[in-house]
Amino acid sequence: MQFMLLFSRQGKLRLQKWYVAHPDKLKKKITRELITTILARKPKMSSFLEWKDVKVVYKRYASLYFCCAIEQKDNELLTLEIIHRYVELLDKYFGSVCELDIIFNFEKAYFILDELLLGGEIQETSKKNVLKAIAAQDLLQEEETPQGFFEDHGLG
Amino acid sequence: MNPSDHGFNPAFNMAAIKQVINEAVERVRMPTPMRLRDLIRQIRAARTAAEERAVINKECAYIRSTFREEDSVWRCRNIAKLLYIHMLGYPAHFGQLECLKLIASPRFTDKRIGYLGAMLLLDERQDVHLLITNCLKNDLNSSTQFVVGLALCTLGAIASPEMSRDLAAEVERLMKSPNAYIRKKAALCAFRIIRKVPELMEIFLPATRSLLSEKNHGVLITGVTLITEMCENSPDTLQHFKKIVPNLVRILKNLILAGYSPEHDVSGVSDPFLQVKILRLLRILGKNDAEASEAMNDILAQVATNTETSKNVGNTILYETVLSIMDIKSESGLRVLAVNILGRFLLNNDKNIRYVALNTLLRTVYIDTSAVQRHRSTILECLKDPDVSIRRRALELSFALVNTNNIRTMMKELLVFLEKADPEFKAQCSSNIVLAAERFSPNKRWHLDTLLKVLVAAGNYVRDDVVACTIQLISESTSQQRYIVEQLWQALERDTQDRQPLIQVATWCIGEYGDLLLYGPSTSEEVAIKASEDDVITVYQRLLWSTQNTIVTKQYALLSLMKLSSRFQAGNDKIRQIVDTFGSHLNIELQQRGVEFSQLFRKYEHLRPALLERMPPMEGARPNNGSAVLTNGEAEDGEGFGEDGSLLLGTDGSKKTENDAQDSNALLVLLGGSEVIEEGGGDKVELPKSTGTDNQDLLDLLGDLDTSGTGTANQVPQINVQNNNILFTSNQTNFLVDGLLSSQPVVNSIPSIIAYDKNGLKITFSMERLPDHPGTTIITMTAVNESTTPMTEFLFQAAVPKTFQLQMMSPSGTVVPPAGQVTQILRIVNPNKSALRMRIRVSFNSSGSAIQDQAEVNNFPPESWQ
Repeated sequence: MQFMLLFSRQGKLRLQKWYVAHPDKLKKKITRELITTILARKPKMSSFLEWKDVKVVYKRYASLYFCCAIEQKDNELLTLEIIHRYVELLDKYFGSVCELDIIFNFEKAYFILDELLLGGEIQETSKKNVLKAIAAQDLLQEEETPQGFFEDHGLG
Repeated sequence: MNPSDHGFNPAFNMAAIKQVINEAVERVRMPTPMRLRDLIRQIRAARTAAEERAVINKECAYIRSTFREEDSVWRCRNIAKLLYIHMLGYPAHFGQLECLKLIASPRFTDKRIGYLGAMLLLDERQDVHLLITNCLKNDLNSSTQFVVGLALCTLGAIASPEMSRDLAAEVERLMKSPNAYIRKKAALCAFRIIRKVPELMEIFLPATRSLLSEKNHGVLITGVTLITEMCENSPDTLQHFKKIVPNLVRILKNLILAGYSPEHDVSGVSDPFLQVKILRLLRILGKNDAEASEAMNDILAQVATNTETSKNVGNTILYETVLSIMDIKSESGLRVLAVNILGRFLLNNDKNIRYVALNTLLRTVYIDTSAVQRHRSTILECLKDPDVSIRRRALELSFALVNTNNIRTMMKELLVFLEKADPEFKAQCSSNIVLAAERFSPNKRWHLDTLLKVLVAAGNYVRDDVVACTIQLISESTSQQRYIVEQLWQALERDTQDRQPLIQVATWCIGEYGDLLLYGPSTSEEVAIKASEDDVITVYQRLLWSTQNTIVTKQYALLSLMKLSSRFQAGNDKIRQIVDTFGSHLNIELQQRGVEFSQLFRKYEHLRPALLERMPPMEGARPNNGSAVLTNGEAEDGEGFGEDGSLLLGTDGSKKTENDAQDSNALLVLLGGSEVIEEGGGDKVELPKSTGTDNQDLLDLLGDLDTSGTGTANQVPQINVQNNNILFTSNQTNFLVDGLLSSQPVVNSIPSIIAYDKNGLKITFSMERLPDHPGTTIITMTAVNESTTPMTEFLFQAAVPKTFQLQMMSPSGTVVPPAGQVTQILRIVNPNKSALRMRIRVSFNSSGSAIQDQAEVNNFPPESWQ
């Protein structure tokens, strides 16, 4: 996988994960072009887009679009499963996830993605293991942020 | 997970408490910064873009100031806010160093946000390598597994070649860690490192093998991913890993036979992610290897028959299995099974599955045509799909399936498609229909009808090659001329403004065969079409005065009108008037024609009837039906040909037979070659032989071509050549050189070289030396499109050092279809016989994006210049 983008129906970027090195300007250009192209597609169309030299796989969940750029030899259908797996994980973690959860806890969305994929490849196929790792790390954070004393100490 | 895993001891907690107290003191001195969620709320509350900018600018200014004051208490929160701001598209580079400071902090929260920031704000091109490498090195040795995990994750996302070299040993050590959580992450880091620096593969080899003997799926899948990358990178390693085929088969078998396991189940399928990865690795290991293929035949059959297909996930696995069956040396029964799976995919309700089916069929159609033929009607149905990518694939596949038996039904569907198609499809589709009709048409009448329908349906999107082929076909089908001229006349009477190619063909025909239309015995089965001379003149006036018609169309029309002057029986006064007015036309080409034609009515009246005689039939050099082999690539060779109007130059270096070139040649002569003037650019072309412009030269040239031709009787009668020669003396220079080039025998065989091979584009140079010009090398550049999307606006440029002279002929086209090619001739004069060097630049558009690249070519074989 070359990159993953999450964006809203209004075209607002909600998460971006790049596994290839591009200059910032190019990243912005790609993001902008892809968002416009995908939003212009009709619901009856397939989830695949041949875009420049990459294959783009996207899927809409409620108000959010999940979009991955994969390499030519990658399996498009499996990419849809990866996206779905990520959505399931978000849903389990936040408890019936919605766009607002991802906006206000964007760092958590990144943390979950980083336990599912590494360097653009799947690292864990068990949902349980991913959530366990996230929970344990959240606990570590809580332990070093004593509650009661300074309730707004963390990210707030 | 038990707490001791974290590696936090009481002493550390004491330190943490101390730190908290210190921070509390700090906090009293400083105001608390805005919380992340408050910032997000404020930004979301902004009603205008300007308001949002104001909020963000204010916050950014504040964050900058805290960075300057080295505030470490709130650094984490400030970076988190900055990352949100960054996602909105605002600059955040000033946070890069602060991220590194966070990473260096002992607190886990700081590290977590710091690494997140590093992954978002830094990538392998930033100049903070050394700093981040040191941080990573520290954390890779941490006793807390999650700290190691964060470091590995970051390395996997942003590793540069330098970082890869510096940290490969650490990663290799972690691949042997007893902790599966760390082992899987280390394996993927190794994957990333190898991708960056392939020669580092060696050190990971021993640790990699043992990853496959794992129970943990995370470690297994990352291990398979790593091995796949290694095998793709090095043939030696591929050989080394052949022996793991039985292990992989066993793992796969366990997966499909194992009962329900909630942990890895996806709608009834056991770990599809792992299954797909294994299938892909099997494919790589079994490719071109009968023994390895044999070992995996059974399991592939098992997966293909046992997988539940009601959901996307089952089809995902089937799709990967089909790809593997097609790629390895599998049994024929298995291959039929695979194509049938794809056939079932085509009928699936899910458009995604239909799409992958078409894509895969397209890859296999040339290997196993008959199996794919069975699904023809379903494929044609996909031409009506609402999704453009599905339509595009279906179209490509349809053309690959056309043959003598199904041409009538296929064409019917394809013509319907062409009529309704989006503009982007029309040019390509019409050229393909013409090529298919040429190879497989059952008879002349049908062929002509099809061409006519293409001209009507595709209008202005028809490429010039279609015009040329149609005219050629009409010319050689003597028995159909009366019929077709009637048809074209009817088409011309209708509104034709957006169909310039149709007008061109129609006027050419009416010019040649106008007498058949006006006075010939009616052959039409339907009501006889009657046109009077006045009707014809009226239509021509409309065509010639309309501002909508292009200059080229008017050139056709004017020449046609001139020809009609010798076909009409009633009189030429009106024609004469029209022609005379063109003597002062703004366009120089039309003006010249006007003046010259006027002369034919006056001083040279006695020459006119002979000059304007009907063209003798132009014989085609197309492959006949009998020898037509189904190779789409071949068909597409000629696609770009003639697009820029320069037919002759276009055919020069291509694989087309000399006959072909001659065909077009004759055609150009006929049409006055007007386009060639514009395109050929006489200044580019040196004239080694002929300086005279007398009529005889062109004849000589054609004579040349004849002798070098492949022996097929193909004569362009003398009178005809002479006719046109008198009229268009200015054009011949262009033909001469090209005729010369194409008629030169090959002197010696010089090995071809690959000049460029990137972005799906492969450029080869084949060199020739001319015996009479030892200092001259003729290079034929062949650009082949190896991607699956057409390359448009293809432009090839070359430069040589000052000691050389370079001349470039026009390319054969500007569009390179997938698996198709474009050729261009380069002529290099190298008086000093020094080593050839060249810098090339290519640019083209592919799937909507412009690609430009440069390269140096230094590998010319000595034979090409010594």
